[in-house]
Amino acid sequence: MSPWAVLRLAFRALGRNTMRSFLTALGIIIGVGAFIAMVVIGEGAKARVEEAFSSMGTNLLIVLPGSSSQRGVFGGFGSLPTLTWDDLKAIQTEVPSVRHAAPQLRSTASIVSEEQNWTTSVTGVTPEYFEIRNWPVASGIPLTASDVDGATKVVLLGRTVVDRLYGPGADPVGQTVRIKSMPFQVIGVTARKGQSPNGQDYDDAVFIPVSTYRSKIQGGLGNFIAGSIFVGASSPEATARAEREVRSLLRERHHLAPEVDDDFQVRNLTEIATAQQEGTRTLTTLLASIAAVSLVVGGIGIMNIMLVSVTERTREIGVRMAVGAKPRHILAQFLAEALSLSVMGGVTGALLGLLTASRLAARFGWPMLVRPGIIVLALAFSGLVGVVFGLYPAQRASRLDPIEALRYE
Amino acid sequence: MAGAPLIQLDDVTKVYRAGEVEVRALAGVSLVVDAGEFVAVMGASGSGKSTLMHLIGCLDRPTSGRYLLEGREVSGLNRNALAEVRNRTMGFVFQSFNLLARTSALENVELPLIYAGVPAAERRRRAAKALRQVGLGDRLEHHPSQMSGGQQQRVAIARALVGAPRLLLADEPTGNLDSRTSGEVMALLRGLSEAGLTIVLVTHAPDIASWTSRVLQLKDGLVTSDERVARVPSGVPAHAGAFETAP
Repeated sequence: MSPWAVLRLAFRALGRNTMRSFLTALGIIIGVGAFIAMVVIGEGAKARVEEAFSSMGTNLLIVLPGSSSQRGVFGGFGSLPTLTWDDLKAIQTEVPSVRHAAPQLRSTASIVSEEQNWTTSVTGVTPEYFEIRNWPVASGIPLTASDVDGATKVVLLGRTVVDRLYGPGADPVGQTVRIKSMPFQVIGVTARKGQSPNGQDYDDAVFIPVSTYRSKIQGGLGNFIAGSIFVGASSPEATARAEREVRSLLRERHHLAPEVDDDFQVRNLTEIATAQQEGTRTLTTLLASIAAVSLVVGGIGIMNIMLVSVTERTREIGVRMAVGAKPRHILAQFLAEALSLSVMGGVTGALLGLLTASRLAARFGWPMLVRPGIIVLALAFSGLVGVVFGLYPAQRASRLDPIEALRYE
Repeated sequence: MAGAPLIQLDDVTKVYRAGEVEVRALAGVSLVVDAGEFVAVMGASGSGKSTLMHLIGCLDRPTSGRYLLEGREVSGLNRNALAEVRNRTMGFVFQSFNLLARTSALENVELPLIYAGVPAAERRRRAAKALRQVGLGDRLEHHPSQMSGGQQQRVAIARALVGAPRLLLADEPTGNLDSRTSGEVMALLRGLSEAGLTIVLVTHAPDIASWTSRVLQLKDGLVTSDERVARVPSGVPAHAGAFETAP
């Protein structure tokens, strides 16, 4: 018998009991569906985390000043300025694994154009800041060192601010905006960056030279930096080393005894991103394992029904043997039925899983990432389940004694 | 093998073990059946007639003794080889028809050809021909549930004939039929016999056995009588071409 003929026979037998076949396949459908949905959603969530962190900048460390403590009440990191401009310079020049370091001073202010106004974050930075954050300008020109040296009144607008002040798609380069009643010339617009991992809009900000910020927007802490330091390591591999080196440099500069805690904090975003991805992966693996278990349970359902079917069709088996079916013909027939059930269940489940995943992805705004390998894996696994759990009933059928089978009532 | 009888049993025994008890279903049967014979095997239940039928039909193997089918020793063959022998040489007709339910007459008749590896178009052609031969040319697509007992048994006979067997084995073929339909089925078998087909039929009814040309009586696993009935071979030449014995 050709494989094609065996398959046709299997489909006919399954077609005679449509409801039973469907219910039997349902276990596989749910198993494969859940497996695919879990993996695809998990990959999407992982990609979302990755995207969010890479939008913050590459190889990024953020150094925050320490916390104030007055009568036992800690003010949290950043509440006490402990980082100095000399610290910044030292990080820039003395740590070999650091490529760039830049200050970030930030306060909220109202920006006024000719027609509109918008309250946003005014950020004092240096040109290196954009290097570290991997953030080019989309139109106009970037900040330069001479802007910082000369404390010029120029501003780079974030995309969201442009949308608010001038309308979507407008190009305001060359226009003048007022910040705290002072005119600033718009020299460029930064590229769209998107959201931070916790949903903050990076593009809702404007950038001015740090010198201008200190003299015009918010002066006053003298040697201390009233903000944080962004550090870009020379490579992803060097990030952990840069973190250690920056920490020991600052401890030395701040004359901290070995038993004293840091009066600053270094945040390694790569590490946080890795940890988050690890968490997502663990969860995905866990959910996919549960789905795989349900696939095995589906296989047991197939075995159960196939055993019932062999018993019900004992006479048919006897007749087939009497007219010349060899044991392997009977084996192939029942194995093909089990395999058809599981593979059809697998295909249906895969479609259902993809549908579910795309619905959920659309709802949460995650990207939908389907690796073909996952679908192949799920289908192969459901096929394997069909063979493993179909083999025993099929073998039982093929080993029947034709005389006994013909007599069976 | 030319000259060899179709069936030759030499002192064949069959012993079943039912728990502690040994049952000698056949206690030493020797028998020769030549091609073209129409043999009835009679006996009370437990006489061993069904066992003899199963052995001749290669559904079972003897405990001891030799079974030569067309001169070829088949008593030692394995399950696969026996299946092949059944497929190529035998046709079976059962008391309870044993047709596949919810399957058309045509597909039921095609069944032996599937396992013989005959291509689909050829299968259909030969199955339709076999059904016409038993007078069911207009019932090809009917399912067993849509047919009378006599029609179902004729489908079963068509299934037995479709592979152009050398030997037709019928186990109480009229046991589930009324007397009029029984007569029709026996007339059909008789016609096939007259066309040259060898038939071995198991029955307990003397009027059924009277259709045949040779009657074997079995008792306690032994042949107690073997009578050949002289019969006027009515119209043998006229029917000779009606049944195709070679594929």
